[in-house]
Amino acid sequence: MMAEIVGAYFTSHVPAIGGAIARGDQQSDYWKPFFDGFPSVRKWIEEVKPDVAVVFSNDHGLNFFLDAMPTFAVGAAATYENADEGWGLPVYNPFQGHPELSWHVIDELIGSEFDVTTCQKMLVDHAVSIPFELAYPDQEAWPVKLLPISINTVQFPLPSPKRCLALGRAVNRALRSWKGAERILIVGTGGLSHQLEGERAGFMNPDYDKFCLDNLAANPDALTGHSVEEVAELAGTQGVEILNWIAARGALGDISLAEVTRNYHIPISNTAAASLVLEPA
Amino acid sequence: MVSESSRALRRAIPGTALFDGDLAAKGFELNAMCFSFNEEANRKAFLADEDAYCARFRLTPEQRKAVADRDVLAMLNAGGNVYYLAKLAGIFGLNVQDLGSMQTGKPLQDFKDFLVAQRANIDPAIAGLHVSREIA
Repeated sequence: MMAEIVGAYFTSHVPAIGGAIARGDQQSDYWKPFFDGFPSVRKWIEEVKPDVAVVFSNDHGLNFFLDAMPTFAVGAAATYENADEGWGLPVYNPFQGHPELSWHVIDELIGSEFDVTTCQKMLVDHAVSIPFELAYPDQEAWPVKLLPISINTVQFPLPSPKRCLALGRAVNRALRSWKGAERILIVGTGGLSHQLEGERAGFMNPDYDKFCLDNLAANPDALTGHSVEEVAELAGTQGVEILNWIAARGALGDISLAEVTRNYHIPISNTAAASLVLEPA
Repeated sequence: MVSESSRALRRAIPGTALFDGDLAAKGFELNAMCFSFNEEANRKAFLADEDAYCARFRLTPEQRKAVADRDVLAMLNAGGNVYYLAKLAGIFGLNVQDLGSMQTGKPLQDFKDFLVAQRANIDPAIAGLHVSREIA
């Protein structure tokens, strides 16, 4: 018996997506080009039937504050709740965790010299919830258990793209040594290029996004040629969320991958948005 | 090792200051106040008595003035981080397009048009939806 990694799903996660879903705005002229990316994502997920999701994302000041900011944090909770992020919006459904798998991954990561922070309590924000709202609309309870891995994209020094890819690869080794029958979905959330702050607010870079989308599957090491400061210059200050995608790509392992579906659109909110599915070739 | 050029880039990107240790130390009080706004009771307390609420978090004079002036760029200069400031902005009913308009000096509609106009820069090869295989 061995767990199987069924593939990876990547998507942008901006809070305004949740607003559009709450208003039923998916087919408006503004939002349709973004939501058009998801019927094929959902069909693929129905086909591969995952029961656990390993999600790489970043906290936006819901669970972590600057008093203690982990570079890499791994959830090991039995449940993960969402909460008010400051805007009084409806709270997203909680997730069931998989503590045994979490501790196995933590054990293997620290054994691989990734000295992660472990979290038996962890609130998850829109960066985790929105990808599931998109993948499983109108579900009363999420059909997958969650293993969240949070990467610091808030406070420099951020981990390098190279380190994030290596983290993902270590997660892949951990998942492959897990003696369970789970069907594991890898998820990377955030991005693509965008910048919320400063006089450069509104900056996007479709050329860098294309470089990322074109290389992620077959040549992820190409994305590690930039320092994380250079990524901020190329992708915008919040575009550094591509780190979550890079780590998620690493968690698929060094295997040949096929692209199932991809969508790219500018803008949603202040963001260049994308969705992507990769599976073992 | 962090290369000197990488470190220098934290202050060299036009219109951008990457939120590093210097800014995080400078902005701790302001960001702590904004983090408190995750709770509705705290948002109400701020609205009920802004001066008292800011005093409780020991905002520096520079931070207090930036908040009083609703000046986003001044909040950033005072060490504010946009992920936390977004919670303060929400109290005033402002979203990230409003913040973009305030920071760039562009009227709101011009800022929104500026975002949409960047669609023209997309290489047609990656624009829109591409489904590579039929899914059962």
